[in-house]
Amino acid sequence: MKNWKNVMLLFFSWLVLWPGMALAAEGTPDSGATAWMLTSTSLVLLMVPGLALFYGGLVRTKNVLGTMMHSYASMAIVGVIWAVCGYSMCFGPNVLGGWIGWDPNLLFLEGLDDAVADGGIPDYVFAMFQGKFAIITPALIAGAFAERVRFKSYCVFITLWVLFVYCPLCHWVWAEDGFLFNMGANGAIDFAGGTVVHISSGISALVIALYCGARRDYPKTAMHPNNLVLTLLGAGLLWVGWFGFNAGSSVSSGLDAARALAVTQVAASTGALVWMIIEGVKHGKVTSLGLASGILAGLVAITPAAGVVKIPGAIFLGAMASFVSYSAIQIKSKLGYDDTLDVFGIHGVSGIAGAILLTFWIRESWMVDAAAATTSGTWTVFQQLLVQVSAVGITIAYASVLTWVIIIIIDKTIGFRISDKEEMTGLDQSCHGEHGYGLLNLN
Amino acid sequence: MKLITAVIQPDKLDAVSEALIKKDITRITAGRVTGHGRKVEGDLYRGQEVGIDLSPKVRIEIACNDEFVDVICDIIIKNARHEDGKLGDGKIFISSLDECIRIRTGEKGSDAI
Repeated sequence: MKNWKNVMLLFFSWLVLWPGMALAAEGTPDSGATAWMLTSTSLVLLMVPGLALFYGGLVRTKNVLGTMMHSYASMAIVGVIWAVCGYSMCFGPNVLGGWIGWDPNLLFLEGLDDAVADGGIPDYVFAMFQGKFAIITPALIAGAFAERVRFKSYCVFITLWVLFVYCPLCHWVWAEDGFLFNMGANGAIDFAGGTVVHISSGISALVIALYCGARRDYPKTAMHPNNLVLTLLGAGLLWVGWFGFNAGSSVSSGLDAARALAVTQVAASTGALVWMIIEGVKHGKVTSLGLASGILAGLVAITPAAGVVKIPGAIFLGAMASFVSYSAIQIKSKLGYDDTLDVFGIHGVSGIAGAILLTFWIRESWMVDAAAATTSGTWTVFQQLLVQVSAVGITIAYASVLTWVIIIIIDKTIGFRISDKEEMTGLDQSCHGEHGYGLLNLN
Repeated sequence: MKLITAVIQPDKLDAVSEALIKKDITRITAGRVTGHGRKVEGDLYRGQEVGIDLSPKVRIEIACNDEFVDVICDIIIKNARHEDGKLGDGKIFISSLDECIRIRTGEKGSDAI
């Protein structure tokens, strides 16, 4: 009797759910996929305060607020630009020979009000998810010129950079008619932003660090991090947020998301472990900042690869990332340029290495699909390698040249660096009129 | 032997310490303190300039032999001044010092400074 009741209940609930299931295919939201994308969107936003803490802890006491403001200001500025025209420039159809996308209907996200994409995810969610990437990317660059730029100039810089560097790159790599999206048999592989986010910000960071020069007295004077506790907290938040960044980039809630999540976790752990081992062997002591750097390097390297590699690939990429980033930072110290918080050393170098070396760890099924997409029916690792190298090369060339132009324009008009006097006083007092701490440590 | 105690604005610490070190005056102790001078400090709080009764200052202490007193005071005065005519650049106190001992060796007096 009880069984009979259960069967009836199942039958009725099926009747009730059936219309919904049928409609899902026709463009009503899929609640499962949408729920995960809403979560991912929030997780990626959480990375911005994570970054603020990570960078904020690494600078001197007098610059802690100024540095954290760089991340938060990006939420304010890019958050608006994205809704006004950024989304249209990234995901509209090709204009100007494919340099950017443009769709008047997407300005102010006008056309999204009723739109639901194929996977059952409302376009609003996708637009906001992508918007978070646009917010965090310029904020990453800020680490290269920490402690020495005018706040006003920084605001102008990220505005121009998002419009002229981020939006075109994002369009090329992720829009369906972007030329890098369609390069080779199955596109250049950039699952969650190796080229768009990490290589572009890393290389731009290097360009600006070289252009605007070192901080006063660098590297003669020791410039101690004011609070490594904040930095570790920030690294933790970045790791957590990265699950949204990578697993959300499948824009679905299924197998692809699961794969991305798993390799992200493994690569981050491997990166941290290997950095610990390197420091332990070379210096006899493992530093907390080293561990945090290893986490980041591993996460950066797996970002482009999260959709295509399996666990061994993730372990390789995480370990490799810590090696190359550690070496890059050693070389930086020898060359003497002041990439203050090692944006190029971590995001640039690990990003480039990850985007290229992922080629050797692509899962079979991806290669089979790629081969099927060609006319000859074959697609080799080396053909894909060429595609990856081209995508990386194009990103480096484009981002560095445009960043150079933007920074010269800003420097010649309103000035990029703060004066020596203001630099000595610190950004907090000279740009914001505030103190970060009460009676804590000096400097 | 004298003990020079200077209370200055925090934003001038770098200028003062750099200038002192440049002149080879390297025995410096500095600390964060709060205090109230003649000036009421302004800080921005949600867009409003507010006065706080006890405001952050930096205290620098230098123990030195008598002949260095003038040099040190000149450097501090020159570098801690804001040149804006406003109150609050700080003060220097000079007191005589009875004894000085280097802990490692037990040396006493002028040599230990």
